[in-house]
Amino acid sequence: MNKVPNNKAWWLVLPVFLLVAFSAVVPMMTVVNYSVQDIFDQSSRYFVGADWYRQVLLDPSLHDSLLRQFIYSGCVLLIEIPLGIAIALTMPARGRWSSLCLIVLAIPLLIPWNVVGTIWQIFGRADIGLLGATLSWLGISYNYATNTMDAWVTVLVMDVWHWTSLVALLCYSGLRAIPDVYYQAARIDRASAWAVFRHIQLPKMKNVLLIAVMLRFMDSFMIYTEPFVLTGGGPGNATTFLSQTLTKMAVGQFDLGPAAAFSLVYFLIILLVSWLFYTAMTHADKE
Amino acid sequence: MDWMAWTLPTAAFFTAIALLLVGMTFAELHSPCIERRGFLPIATTRGDRLFIGLLVSAWVHLLVIGVTDWSLWVASLLSLLWLLIVLRWG
Amino acid sequence: MNLRKVVPLLIYILFLLVPIYWLLNMSFKSNNEILSGLTVWPRHFTLDNYRVIFTDPSWYTGYINSLYYVSLNTVISLSVALPAAYAFSRYRFLGDKHLFFWLLTNRMSPPAVFLLPFFQLYSSIGLFDTHIAVALAHCLFNVPLAVWILEGFMSGVPKEIDETAYIDGYTFPKFFIRIFVPLIGSGIGVTAFFCFMFSWVELLLARTLTSVNAKPIAAVMTRTVSASGIDWGVLAAAGVLTILPGMLVIWFVRNHVAKGFALGRV
Repeated sequence: MNKVPNNKAWWLVLPVFLLVAFSAVVPMMTVVNYSVQDIFDQSSRYFVGADWYRQVLLDPSLHDSLLRQFIYSGCVLLIEIPLGIAIALTMPARGRWSSLCLIVLAIPLLIPWNVVGTIWQIFGRADIGLLGATLSWLGISYNYATNTMDAWVTVLVMDVWHWTSLVALLCYSGLRAIPDVYYQAARIDRASAWAVFRHIQLPKMKNVLLIAVMLRFMDSFMIYTEPFVLTGGGPGNATTFLSQTLTKMAVGQFDLGPAAAFSLVYFLIILLVSWLFYTAMTHADKE
Repeated sequence: MDWMAWTLPTAAFFTAIALLLVGMTFAELHSPCIERRGFLPIATTRGDRLFIGLLVSAWVHLLVIGVTDWSLWVASLLSLLWLLIVLRWG
Repeated sequence: MNLRKVVPLLIYILFLLVPIYWLLNMSFKSNNEILSGLTVWPRHFTLDNYRVIFTDPSWYTGYINSLYYVSLNTVISLSVALPAAYAFSRYRFLGDKHLFFWLLTNRMSPPAVFLLPFFQLYSSIGLFDTHIAVALAHCLFNVPLAVWILEGFMSGVPKEIDETAYIDGYTFPKFFIRIFVPLIGSGIGVTAFFCFMFSWVELLLARTLTSVNAKPIAAVMTRTVSASGIDWGVLAAAGVLTILPGMLVIWFVRNHVAKGFALGRV
């Protein structure tokens, strides 16, 4: 659509701008201020320059949790994106079954995040949970509270349970936007199912897939509540992801300076990745 | 405002950013810019180039702090140079 | 419909529903039954757990608080996002693309560390522990999302409609409310659904900005840990009740949601 150049449109955007700026800019500025000072309490604080940045950038435990975070987000994307596409492909295209599918798929998205943690906390316990009990009945030793591997798998399965629906719903919407003509042409050409997927469905899903990847990357990168409820970050530090490390630093130990410095580093990582995605997306739109 | 824990350097930093934005606004009103293609792989407007310049500058600072033990002024100087280059030829 | 498609889909749906069924199952059991052994359905069906929640004010006010600030947030988000989305879909203006990206970046900032500044910001303007504070804080991620979704719907409305209305002598506010808003009704429905959903599931900010008067249900749930251990039955019942509002909302907007997804924006 041709858009009319008109700077008066700013008046329409102004309420949004003010509202979001109030909640975004003021806290952001405060975090920047914290990150260059050593703060003991309201009245005694000292300017320390870039010291906190140096400290957090060289801190091995933060490197660990950053690495863990990247592995986790990578796993989440590797599992959820293909699985989501697969589910979208199997969903019925129209009729009452399709709206039923939509509703069922949307259920996990509507559960408060700490309840998601609680559900899996209960479900995985060997004494009262179906999953834990079934696994131990099968003779598999499983305990997400003490075994690192089990904890990781449980957190990952929980994330897949929680969020794959979002990817599936997005892909489903992309698939519905393909006109039937394309499929008819493919049928005439006797194209294989794979060829249809590769040359018709995948290209049409490219945009929504980018949105899905971006949302899943951002959200899995700041995951906090679910693993906090499920494992409390344990055993040891095995499932302590970035947000949790940060919250521990900022609220638990009141190390505001380092926590603020690290959260800004973290924000820059997200900003860079999201900007790349966003540019790729708008670029794809233009073509 | 006391709880925001302002310091002179951060106040100067945010003022500079705000001034940059105001300056860009006036520049845009005075002579609207057209998207063009420089050495960056995508066509950019002036605002895009400023954003790219600032984002890369932030990363340059982090790299200098994290990888080397040079003074921060080196990073700032490099960033300023990069900003000028990207705004002019990007 | 062929079997090769239906079976994997059914397996996945089973995978989605079994943990929820387990929660539902537990909510109808007494604590004795829960701890004494595994039963696939409640042997001694009881509503006691729900009775606890509906008779104890500290439980049910949690629900009222949550519903209150979530609705407030939905109303605020929609009313500011509607004109903004119109501007983004119809006009080019100074810095529009950058503004749009900046709005989206607010969905990515990690809430964990912004908690303390948020707490201090809302305390300093005297809004701590009020519903409006949580509603405003949730606007941070809901308003950008609302603008994004609504912009997609509005771009689907041909511009000739606007032009005809202006020629017919409508002023902008009159045109917007009388003609334009009814046209994108389903889009508003979908947006409201998403605002409701993201505000409903968020805990971290809501918990930080409240203490007593506006405490959300999700925060009340952490109370079930007492001296005698965790009260699993009540916890499960509370969990089930937190799922219900979302299901109700999605039931009402199910057809719109399908349409919203078809636009590829959600």
